Amino acid sequence: MTFELADRVQAVPPSGIRRFFEIAEERDEVISLGVGEPDFSTPWAARDAAIASLEQGKTSYTANRGRADLRESIADYVADRFDLGYDPDEEIIVTAGASEAVDLAFRAFVDPGDTVAIAQPSYVSYEPGVVFAGGEPLPVPTHEEDDFRLTVDALEDAGAADADALVFCYPNNPTGAIMTRADLEPVAEFAREHDLLVFADEIYAELTYDGEHTSIATLPGMRERTVVFNGFSKAHAMTGLRLGYALGPADAIGAMNKIHQYTMLSAPTTAQYAALEALDSCANDVREMVDQYDRRRRFVLSRFREIGMDVFEARGAFYCFPEVPEGFTAEEFAEELLREQGVAVVPGDVFGEGGAGHLRISYATGLSELREALARIEAFVDDHEGPE
Amino acid sequence: MSEREVLELLRENARYSTEDIARMTDLEESEVEAVVEELESTGVVRGYRAVVDWDRLEDEKVRAEVELNVELDRETNYGDVAERLARFPQVKALRLVSGDYDFDMEVEGDSIREVSMFVSEKVAPVPEITQTVTHYVMTSYKEGGIELGDGDEDDRLSYTP
Ligand SMILES: Cc1ncc(COP(=O)(O)O)c(C=O)c1O
Repeated sequence: MTFELADRVQAVPPSGIRRFFEIAEERDEVISLGVGEPDFSTPWAARDAAIASLEQGKTSYTANRGRADLRESIADYVADRFDLGYDPDEEIIVTAGASEAVDLAFRAFVDPGDTVAIAQPSYVSYEPGVVFAGGEPLPVPTHEEDDFRLTVDALEDAGAADADALVFCYPNNPTGAIMTRADLEPVAEFAREHDLLVFADEIYAELTYDGEHTSIATLPGMRERTVVFNGFSKAHAMTGLRLGYALGPADAIGAMNKIHQYTMLSAPTTAQYAALEALDSCANDVREMVDQYDRRRRFVLSRFREIGMDVFEARGAFYCFPEVPEGFTAEEFAEELLREQGVAVVPGDVFGEGGAGHLRISYATGLSELREALARIEAFVDDHEGPE
Repeated sequence: MSEREVLELLRENARYSTEDIARMTDLEESEVEAVVEELESTGVVRGYRAVVDWDRLEDEKVRAEVELNVELDRETNYGDVAERLARFPQVKALRLVSGDYDFDMEVEGDSIREVSMFVSEKVAPVPEITQTVTHYVMTSYKEGGIELGDGDEDDRLSYTP
């Protein structure tokens, strides 16, 4: 007896970073700029709340949608920070990471054959997520000349007018691009005109440097067709606690909850206590971490310019997205840099169309490691400079 | 508020180069220099020194926290007493505090004997001082805002999405 894989599973290729991971494992003293998670520890208050909840034996399931007090805190938080108004009873669901929220949304709203437009370069899970749900991903490449913002031209060129849904993420993983209200307005109009559902992954919303994050759900006529994903992994440095949430109209969240109640029952209880405390008392910790990221961001951008690599002016998340110098593909550059200098970076191709020829550099790493990593990148570029 | 930002960075690591600070704050190097000069000349920044974990050195220093109670008369105030105490090179920090005692004094010496002689022979005889309580430091876990443990290794996977 062998397991015959379902077509949907077979259709998804293995992750593009697995091979690099194997090389990195064999090598000593790798400085990794390849990580998509904070180097900070979860703020103490949140950890304490998790510990206290365990000490009190609070380890049962919670309500399917998450603890009522947590949903209320989330409602207050998103209203306060992002001007998003959602009813904690019906319009919010707490999930095992934003990842689960993304999966629930695709499964709840994508029928076999439905097309989901994906703004790329993008976080790696959307495309497989759509395929697992039986849908068809439609890549919508964005370009450096547009500051990697999603434009109506890009949507039209890719044929997104005929799609059923659109997913994007700003501040963006991997480019660090953001979209202002003015940038979002034409996209919102396009979505209304062509009757697209919108899935907005806003997990990096807090990590917006100079300026405020705007959610597309706050634009006229968008609330009723948008599901917003967010979570505690990035801004609150809680990746391993696996806690996220989705915001949307009652019908949409109800549909997602239907799947969630049979597959997950409820998000991790300990993590819900940590999250409650994180919202309650960790705003300062978040601000301090964001300040640190911002300083590292400036440092890294300035070093890339000095090294002579063109680099996009990242304004959000904790990534920057330099171009590889001529004579290399991104894959080659990343692999040789790892082998020769022990610096781990991710080739942009992994993030889909529009990512080729770039590298994703994460600055969720201490400044002294960053300084060393950039010195090694500089040495690598100098070693490989072609004859003038 | 570039002054505040530069100050924060110096407090984090006074050895950051002007160049690094300039990169992190988007200031010109000359501006960073000017801010630092201003901070120094106005006495906001009083000096720079290393945060030391003495436990890692063979020739350990002995340190003590000394609580001091004073009784003031009409002619003297806290400032006068503090001025007199702060002059001793053995005194590394001196603060007027609220609570059960008046001054909190940090003393450093080469041996327990040296520190206790200093307290009994130089500090206790100050006329306003009515009581001293010496606490020797056994182990330091944090100094100058820096934890002295070995620090956690970064055990994150080297590649994550
Ligand atoms: C854009 C984006 N969305 C979602 C996630 C996953 O978040 P969570 O840990 O909440 O599942 C990530 C993690 O890298 C991400 O970059």
